[in-house]
Amino acid sequence: MTTTATANPPAGRSTRSPGGRAPRRRRQFLGKNPIGLLLSAPYLIFVIAVFAYPLVFAVYMAFHDYFFAAPGAQVDRPFVGLANFQEVFSDPAVIRSFGNVGIFLLINVPLTVVLSLVLATALNKAVRARTFLRVAYYVPYVTASVAVVGVWLFLFSGSGLVNQLLGPLAPKPSWLISPTWAMPTIALFVTWKQLGFYILLYLAALQSVSKELYEAASTDGAGAVRSFFSVTIPGVRPATVLVLLLSTVTGANLFTEPYLLTGGGGPNGASTSPVLLMYQKGIEQGHPGTASAIGIALVIGVLIIAFVQRKLAGGDES
Amino acid sequence: MTRRQSVLRGIVLAVGAVAFLFPFYYMIIGSLQTSPDSTPGGAFPNPGNLTFENYTDINSRINLMRGLLNSGIFTGGVIVGTLVFGVLVGYALAQLQWRGRGVTFALALLVQVVPFQLLMIPLYVMIARDYGLADNYLGMILPFAINSTAVIIFRQYFLQVPRDLFDAARIDGAGELTVLRKIALPLVRPAILTVVLLTFIGPWNEFLWPFLVTKEASMQPLAVALANYISNVAATAANPFGAVLAGACVLAAPAVLLFIVFQRHFVSTDIGSGVKG
Repeated sequence: MTTTATANPPAGRSTRSPGGRAPRRRRQFLGKNPIGLLLSAPYLIFVIAVFAYPLVFAVYMAFHDYFFAAPGAQVDRPFVGLANFQEVFSDPAVIRSFGNVGIFLLINVPLTVVLSLVLATALNKAVRARTFLRVAYYVPYVTASVAVVGVWLFLFSGSGLVNQLLGPLAPKPSWLISPTWAMPTIALFVTWKQLGFYILLYLAALQSVSKELYEAASTDGAGAVRSFFSVTIPGVRPATVLVLLLSTVTGANLFTEPYLLTGGGGPNGASTSPVLLMYQKGIEQGHPGTASAIGIALVIGVLIIAFVQRKLAGGDES
Repeated sequence: MTRRQSVLRGIVLAVGAVAFLFPFYYMIIGSLQTSPDSTPGGAFPNPGNLTFENYTDINSRINLMRGLLNSGIFTGGVIVGTLVFGVLVGYALAQLQWRGRGVTFALALLVQVVPFQLLMIPLYVMIARDYGLADNYLGMILPFAINSTAVIIFRQYFLQVPRDLFDAARIDGAGELTVLRKIALPLVRPAILTVVLLTFIGPWNEFLWPFLVTKEASMQPLAVALANYISNVAATAANPFGAVLAGACVLAAPAVLLFIVFQRHFVSTDIGSGVKG
């Protein structure tokens, strides 16, 4: 939107130095306000040091036999081609962790989209207690995972409140120590924790859905449910594409929750996530090459999912 | 809008609010119980079962003040870096013409979708091993030093300022830095609070990165100290749940209070524009 906003040259500037050819040439090369580059330099250096270089470094590690050595020591780290990837994909624990994150995404992403859109729509029309409700919805989002994990451990423990209320319906073994229920419980936790943020995104998107469309729909005899499906859902499609993407990326990043809720991916690897394995293999066991290979595989997986989502949700206009 | 629909909407909203708030209520109740009571009756305060012992218990295991201080330094460093450098880039992106502006803006959008998990190992090797910044505040702050969402929010605010205002000052002979300091900064003051709030939740709640680079207990932010307590030593406490929940309350309180007090500044449109660009 801004790239089209070109300004008129400040009046009187070019007339002041008719003989200054060198400054003009510099201006042509660096733009009208070269100081912009200077002001942005710290940020550009930051992006290169913290994003670009590590990204290249990660790819380098994944294709080399990289190991930790004393800083400054010259050691030979031979190129190993796809050996790290071969090792990763022949490891059943890695395959399982990708399956786990798949289960997580299948529960978390649709639940997030549906619940946040429904709650945002209801909140958008609410008259009373709007502020209270808005705050209530984003409190979990602004709280540290580590803090709320404590409560969930308490709520979902073997003799916790949830099982007390369910009585004989409580699963055995209990939620977080059951191979079947551990991952769904984590997915539910993350959905609950992040929902407030997505509600905010949908609230913003709902403001841009034209009121006239709702009026037209109601003149045509559409009820609230019908206009939700025919006006609201198409109207917030760009936001839906964004919510799908962000919740998928967040889900693939899963680490804190299995680390703490299920004591490091238990029971027996049923809730291990790829990032948890990257930590265990890369830092605890000292195989950063293997960990980077898992990371690259994970990112490629996320890119594929994001591409498919975009095709399905049709986000061309966003 | 029929009456039945608005009743239904009220029910949906109320169920949502209870689902979001109950765990927090339960966190406070649980942190005050002498012995954990997970029966449905335990959800209500029972005068015979109330104590502050859990808070002293957790404080004897992990130094709460030290943890809060470390979290504060980590978060404060990120906020200062983001405000100082974010304003500069935001202004340059919105109001100045220079080569590389489009690329810089594209980068600010792009880095928001670069998954941290891929960068985690290289950053760890660089910061903790090569630069020797493990157990160091700088090492904690560095990967988060400038929040790209904040850069985009600042840019968005500066775009709303008419360009003529800046040009007028330049014609009057003001240099670029004077324009920035005297005109641009006062105009984006409303954005500063939004950016502080938005930036705050990142490092205050961050677990993975400080967990990787801090091994010394005296350097750990509260989230890391509490997580280590949950995963290692909770089993040895007299009332492990009570102690964990007491620590959780201390960790959650600053963020929750900040957002309740300043909730007006954490509005959907700012966040939406920040993410969508």
